[in-house]
Amino acid sequence: MHSPVDKPALSPSRLAIHAVLLIAVVLYLVPLVVMLLTSFKTPEDISTGNLLSWPTAITAIGWVKAWGTVSGYFWNSILITVPAVLISTTIGALNGYVLSMWRFRGSQLFFGLLLFGCFLPFQTVLLPASFTLGKLGLASTTTGLVLVHVVYGLAFTTLFFRNFYVSIPDALVKAARLDGAGFFTIFRRIILPMSTPIIMVCLIWQFTQIWNDFLFGVVFSSGDSQPITVALNNLVNTSTGAKEYNVDMAAAMIAGLPTLLVYVVAGKYFVRGLTAGAVKG
Amino acid sequence: MATLELRNVNKTYGAGLPDTLKDIQLSIKDGEFLILVGPSGCGKSTLMNCIAGLEQITGGAILIDQQDVSGMSPKDRDIAMVFQSYALYPTMTVRENIEFGLKIRKMPQAAIDEEVARVAKLLQIEHLLARKPAQLSGGQQQRVAMGRALARRPKIYLFDEPLSNLDAKLRVEMRTEMKLMHQRLKTTTVYVTHDQIEAMTLGDKVAVMKDGIIQQFGTPQQIYNDPANQFVASFIGSPPMNFVPARLVAQGGQLHAVLDSGQARCELPLPGADLGLEGREIVLGIRPEQIALGAEGGNGGPSIRAQVQVTEPTGPDMLVFVTLNQTKVCCRLAPDVACQVGDTLALQFDPARVLLFDAQSGERLQATRIANTVKDNMAALGGR
Repeated sequence: MHSPVDKPALSPSRLAIHAVLLIAVVLYLVPLVVMLLTSFKTPEDISTGNLLSWPTAITAIGWVKAWGTVSGYFWNSILITVPAVLISTTIGALNGYVLSMWRFRGSQLFFGLLLFGCFLPFQTVLLPASFTLGKLGLASTTTGLVLVHVVYGLAFTTLFFRNFYVSIPDALVKAARLDGAGFFTIFRRIILPMSTPIIMVCLIWQFTQIWNDFLFGVVFSSGDSQPITVALNNLVNTSTGAKEYNVDMAAAMIAGLPTLLVYVVAGKYFVRGLTAGAVKG
Repeated sequence: MATLELRNVNKTYGAGLPDTLKDIQLSIKDGEFLILVGPSGCGKSTLMNCIAGLEQITGGAILIDQQDVSGMSPKDRDIAMVFQSYALYPTMTVRENIEFGLKIRKMPQAAIDEEVARVAKLLQIEHLLARKPAQLSGGQQQRVAMGRALARRPKIYLFDEPLSNLDAKLRVEMRTEMKLMHQRLKTTTVYVTHDQIEAMTLGDKVAVMKDGIIQQFGTPQQIYNDPANQFVASFIGSPPMNFVPARLVAQGGQLHAVLDSGQARCELPLPGADLGLEGREIVLGIRPEQIALGAEGGNGGPSIRAQVQVTEPTGPDMLVFVTLNQTKVCCRLAPDVACQVGDTLALQFDPARVLLFDAQSGERLQATRIANTVKDNMAALGGR
């Protein structure tokens, strides 16, 4: 490797690269800064100052009020997201295991059809899904919403696990079968312990998708069972009284924090998982 | 400890597709070492998977100890297998890898510990037991893979090209070790390889396969001395057998093959060949080591003068290439033979050991005669 000393620290091309990167960083960060600043301002401060001005007095009043309004829906979101993520990841792992290592007649076709699910826009499944939920007696329940998320997410989770498992040599399964292990023993003792990177990818992906979902939430839930994204929308769109931008911004931050947290904690696995298979362990 | 018998085993991956295995028929005795050898795609690995039960056969029967196991699942056949890629469980330590099969079979922990200790000692991997497979070298991984197979004390071992991922030096070492191991344990073994030296050195019996068909099944000596056809003859032996196209002429009540080196002609007498073959285009099969230097008109055998085209000193041998009937012919001579490119040598053949193949089909044309000759030779060797 060349040491940085070999090259002039500030060549014109390098300056240009840094300038472009800086602009990109500003573009991405300004909205966040505006949100954070506004959420800590008083309503008077907001109406007198401009968007980027520093708060005259930092106050958590917006956060307190926002939490008071959306906390119930925050828990709703957790009650929807956690089971939906866990169930869709578990079934996706089993699907991927079968489709890559226990192929059956027509399994390729099955996988191909399943892949279609990845290309289906949310809107196209709204009517059939609500029909099905109605028939099952699950309309406007948290269970129903979890079911919709699980079914919709299966296409993605299956794809993730199947593609990961395809790179694992068949001989491992054969060896385990000769050792006397059955379908589930092989999965639990041999395949799952190797799957950490792809499990992380799947968890992050599904968590982000389901937590951030608005459309399914607004259609398949009502009143007290709504997720936080819907509650946030309702809060921001109220036309009665004065606009409380500090509360809106704080509520939006609260809604966005869990996904941010998941990325910070498990983000390194995400990159690692997406490149897994390129290097065999 | 078991016998293994394959009766008319067939395997096809669907109607209309060509058969992967066709009427495979062979049997080995308790404790024998069977080699399945052939070029890639010949079906040898498929056959091994069928014996293991990892793939279902579509016809015939597989018998272990006279018991039909064709319908049994792999775990009930009591077979252990070593894979080409070793297939060690990457998240388990060496100890856990060896234990896995025993734990699944619910062996008590004390017995498992004893068994792991025995196998580790046998393979000298005691110091590696706590490591993960990724922390081992190729040779060590290979030992662990063998250890996993040995620990179960199965009826039959299957080895699927176990040495092909090792470097050349280690491969030769492990080959000897493998033979030593088999001599000590005397467990019935089936070993797949595409390496003809492994086939010759390790096997009690060798089955040479091509296109899903067993071309020949016999001892290494039978395969080497008495190949059933040109394919077997070309596959076994290094450097490979020379195949010289020739015409047969009758002379004095005996068939002769006409050889032409460009400088001289020679009529090689073929004592046992059927006179009905006169005028036929045939292929002579001559092993490089069966060509000797001889003075013209010297001690008995017919000889021919030929010009040296290329020399390859290998150390133990001097390989000399000449042209006979427009075909390059390799001669394996003593390393101290002083010859230069362009020199003319007198080469001598043993007519009794020259093989005849049909030019079209590649089938042997005088199978029995050679078999007898070899038997005579063996008897002579034994009597010495």
